[in-house]
Amino acid sequence: MSEKKFMKGNEAIAEAAIRAGLNFYAGYPITPATEILEYFAVHLPAKGGVFIQAASEIEAINMVYGAAAGGARAMTSSSSPGMSLKMECISYIALAELPCVIVDIMRGGPGLGDIQPAQSDYFQIVKGGGHGDYRLIVFAPSTVQEAYDLTFESYSLADRWRIPVVILGDGALGQVKEGIELREKSSVLIEKPWALSGAKGRKSNRIVPFNLEPLELEKMNLALQEKYRAIEKSEVCFEEVNINFETELIIVAYGTCGRIAKSVIKMAAENGLHIGLIRPITLWPFPCDEIRYWACNFPNKKFLVVEMSAGQMIEDVRLAVGDDKKISFYGKMGGVVPTPEEILEEIERRVLC
Amino acid sequence: MLKEEKILSRPEILTGKFSFCAGCHHGTINKLIAEVIESLNLREEIIAVIGVGCCATMYGFWGVDIINAPHGRAQAVATGLKRVHPDKIIFTYQGDGDLAGIGMHEAIHTSNRGENITTFFVNNGIYGMTGGQRAPTTLPGAKTSTTLSGSEGAPIKMCELLETLSAPAYIHRVALFSPAEIIRARKAIEKALYAQMNNKGFSFIEFLSNCPTNWKMTPLESLEYVKKMTEYFPLKVFREPQ
Repeated sequence: MSEKKFMKGNEAIAEAAIRAGLNFYAGYPITPATEILEYFAVHLPAKGGVFIQAASEIEAINMVYGAAAGGARAMTSSSSPGMSLKMECISYIALAELPCVIVDIMRGGPGLGDIQPAQSDYFQIVKGGGHGDYRLIVFAPSTVQEAYDLTFESYSLADRWRIPVVILGDGALGQVKEGIELREKSSVLIEKPWALSGAKGRKSNRIVPFNLEPLELEKMNLALQEKYRAIEKSEVCFEEVNINFETELIIVAYGTCGRIAKSVIKMAAENGLHIGLIRPITLWPFPCDEIRYWACNFPNKKFLVVEMSAGQMIEDVRLAVGDDKKISFYGKMGGVVPTPEEILEEIERRVLC
Repeated sequence: MLKEEKILSRPEILTGKFSFCAGCHHGTINKLIAEVIESLNLREEIIAVIGVGCCATMYGFWGVDIINAPHGRAQAVATGLKRVHPDKIIFTYQGDGDLAGIGMHEAIHTSNRGENITTFFVNNGIYGMTGGQRAPTTLPGAKTSTTLSGSEGAPIKMCELLETLSAPAYIHRVALFSPAEIIRARKAIEKALYAQMNNKGFSFIEFLSNCPTNWKMTPLESLEYVKKMTEYFPLKVFREPQ
């Protein structure tokens, strides 16, 4: 029997991490992600894990770099402005090929912005943010249950690929309370022969995201890229709703917008419109092939990208569809969440008219 | 017949050639730390965290578990390592730009948490790796590539600053301009590692060091300049481990 609980998205993420065997967490308070920090402060030490409230976002991610280098399952969490501060170290972790999980509960930007839900950090998290050619596996849960499940899953992925995994949510996901099933699963622990633990009876281990010799650094980059191509082949994850021959319009939306799109589909059906949804669950690797399949094989289908941003994921949809004329965009910025009604109105007035 | 016996050799921990300039104290400090680690039989217990600057190449010649930290963040990285390996001996090795400039935040907070690690702080009053720019510890009047008419403000005294905090266990400034000072420095390294082994908390050794290349001095002239530095940065124990 799995346990049922009424939890905030932030709490569910923290609980999933603890159940997946988290050893180390360091974080810094920031709205709307603070409950993650508070949950760990109460619950992680009781399970034998290390909790540190760092004196800055930068310190927190660097502590995670150290703990992950030591072989621990490590996590930090933040929200948009805090993530900007962490970027340098994330780039180090990427080249050092260390597994860790980073939670970003996005809020309105740029600048100090506000503390309401937003998706305006897609470029930052999915395309880079830090320096150099690196990628992060990015999960975009749209419900509290999914946030729980994906966080749990993220540790085995991070370990298997030796890569940082980001749980990319927004203020709505972090703050909303829902009833969820705390599914008991087993998270596989793998050997980490590369970890720093004192060179007892073995050669010393070196974690060095640095090489002054260009040809050597190029080799390290080529190895990273090879790993990224393998991840693109095997880890793409998405949900499809109501997509068939009759579908006139496919909404592409993730996270909270993906959830709102499901309401739009139901309302549209009552008005006799056949609308479907492709909801990327991994933003990197992006479900490019799936979108391309529908665009190429069914040339009459149109696409609508809905985001809480000025249009960021739409660039990946454009690359997949290959024909800008088929793609429309509806977005809200600054922490404003679009309603199903206004999206449907947009569809009826402008997209399918 | 006289029998030949080897009574002194380079520490085995040091597995390759130093990448430091001739006459630079980094080589002396590296060797002293390695000797102490070997004499305490800590080779398999050590994890080294290396800052950015001339010391960033240490991974190439240290045969212990080692990691390169982002600029200024060595003590945060060391904190993560220490908390998941509390039984290991963790040290950071950082220059003055790394620790007292970009890493001042970590320098204060790691110290103030009383984190049970050891920081070796190499203060030569200049950015060496990038070619001789003003550091937060550059003496007044010193000419660097970014202070052609002399330094701005006053040099930061890290030991004195950390002494204002109640948490650190051991704070000591040493130098290397004479055999007697080198022996004192070696003892300070030993005391710092002992403090960590005995869970005393944060230990901080500042080495007044030189940079003949960027000071544009001969190694001998640079020793005289380090002596001059001691007028501003007094050599003393600021706090003894209890």
